[in-house]
Amino acid sequence: MVEPVLAVSDLKKHYPVRRGLLRRHAGTVFAVDGVSFSIAPGETLGLVGESGCGKSTVARTVMRLVEPTSGTIRLDGTDITALGKTALRPYRRRMQIIFQDPFSSLNPRMTAGDIVREPITFHRLAAGKAADQRVAELFEQVGLRPGQMRLYPHQFSGGQRQRISIARALALDPALIVGDEPVSALDVSIQAQVINLMMDLQRAKGLSYLFIAHDLAVVEHIAHRVAVMYLGRIVEMAPKLELYRAPKHPYTQALLAAVPVPNPTLKRRRQVLDGDVPSPMNPPPGCTFHTRCPLAQAQCRAEIPALRNLGGNHVVACHLA
Amino acid sequence: MGFYLIRRLGLMVLTLFGISVVIFVLLRLVPGNIVDILFDSAGMVNPADKLRIEQELGLDKALPLQYASWIGGMMTGDLGYSYVSEKSALAEIAPRIPVSARLAGSALLFAVLIGVPLGVISAVRQNTWLDYVLRVMSLSGLSLPSFWLGLLVLMGFVALFGSVPIYTEPTKTFGEAALLVLVPAATVGFRSSALIMRLTRSSMLEILRQDFIRTARAKGASAGSVNYRHALRNALLPVVTVIGMEAAFLAGGLIVTETVFNIPGLARFLVESIRNRDYPIVQNLVMLIAVVVVTINFLVDLLYAALDPRIRLSD
Repeated sequence: MVEPVLAVSDLKKHYPVRRGLLRRHAGTVFAVDGVSFSIAPGETLGLVGESGCGKSTVARTVMRLVEPTSGTIRLDGTDITALGKTALRPYRRRMQIIFQDPFSSLNPRMTAGDIVREPITFHRLAAGKAADQRVAELFEQVGLRPGQMRLYPHQFSGGQRQRISIARALALDPALIVGDEPVSALDVSIQAQVINLMMDLQRAKGLSYLFIAHDLAVVEHIAHRVAVMYLGRIVEMAPKLELYRAPKHPYTQALLAAVPVPNPTLKRRRQVLDGDVPSPMNPPPGCTFHTRCPLAQAQCRAEIPALRNLGGNHVVACHLA
Repeated sequence: MGFYLIRRLGLMVLTLFGISVVIFVLLRLVPGNIVDILFDSAGMVNPADKLRIEQELGLDKALPLQYASWIGGMMTGDLGYSYVSEKSALAEIAPRIPVSARLAGSALLFAVLIGVPLGVISAVRQNTWLDYVLRVMSLSGLSLPSFWLGLLVLMGFVALFGSVPIYTEPTKTFGEAALLVLVPAATVGFRSSALIMRLTRSSMLEILRQDFIRTARAKGASAGSVNYRHALRNALLPVVTVIGMEAAFLAGGLIVTETVFNIPGLARFLVESIRNRDYPIVQNLVMLIAVVVVTINFLVDLLYAALDPRIRLSD
């Protein structure tokens, strides 16, 4: 078996909640509560779930922008969970992140060229003319004109800005790019362009993606495998075709049923979930989904379902699946 | 850009014209003129003498005429004569400018050099004990009036050294000069530094939450580069506005400090001149302060464009 680019096991991120003048410990937000997955070279893992289910926390923890509470993160087989700032620097070259909002993720005071050049300078990959040359190449790779290097971020459109972010991420020639909802803020037509660009780059460079989104249609297009998160845990993970064709977890089924179908004559039986996501400060006992699950039984209220492999890399955390 | 500059300069001239009218009218609305004050102290009034002096000083003419002669004189470089000392207004005002400018400049420098770095530290170390200490300090800076702080400083000198440094001109040694300028400057600058610190802190906190800061960290940028190159440059815009406002305040707001520390600067001179209804001095002094304030505002606007590429000075 090929060694995965990224292997995350039992990752947890708990935020203490402090209240009052003495800042007493008043509770814990279980933002990410035991997440495990791995990504092979050249593979895209889609991570989907509702707002607040911990997707972005996973992304930031994997990038070591947020310190994990426990668990391990292995990059190219090396445990980077506990590396200090300096020791981590060479590994920053191997993984880069693209954020959702193309308007806040670029420094408004720097030119697009400087933004892309900065990682090259930080990691001393090139300098002077060679660095300029490299930046120009990157601009071309993401479909921007090298002449646009001197412009400032506000002079670009949302899609172009996201292209700058991609060029910046590519500057270090990483093995893994984490996309934290990289297309959610863009118009639908622009979304398609950016996703196609990401897929072309993947083919050309053998990149791996951890692609976070809440739009299942987008994930279906780009991902090879899909993981579904609910309240800080992965409830189902399977190869894309398998998951979309035969979802096993009632939550996945409900999510897929909610995807709009662009055909008004098609009558569908829609399964609508009642209620809201419970507070991650006080997750329900047993299966965290039982409060909204149409199939919930006594066992679901008491026992936490473990992730079981149903064969063919299809894992699900449900007593009934 | 060129058109912008011309329009701004035109506006500055208009503003200054408006200010000159207001100064002129307000000053004459104050009851009593120099002649009243002179005769007050004499105790006996001879109306003929009074009229003669008023005629000599031109105070009997209609107000528009008086105004025109002031502005006309200013155009030709003639600022008139002080009623009190009978020296030319220029000779009275000019030597006091460096005294006040030095004090205001050092106060502003002190405020920026203390306020900006402490604001950055406070934001980067948000909610640590250091942040709390700095915030309490800045709150006290905003709450303590500078005249009271000045008196405390003077009392401190008396308690520690048994004497208070007296302002002399020219100063003998560099150390003496530093002491005589820096102590009052720090006293005035403390308030500005507190204001600048709080604004730098809140502005930094806002910027530090943005994704491009996370991106910079993910790139492998050092903490110094993230905090200063990426965050501070973006956070500085509102701070520059406040620095400009503080500079404008310091141009005319040193009255109390100059009085407490006994510094013969412009602000104290202005108060004395108002008390004596020394119209030529007051008019020209206030006008000078207005020119400084308007110029500072203009420079701040230009600085904006230099700091933020999104701001284009056009139309």
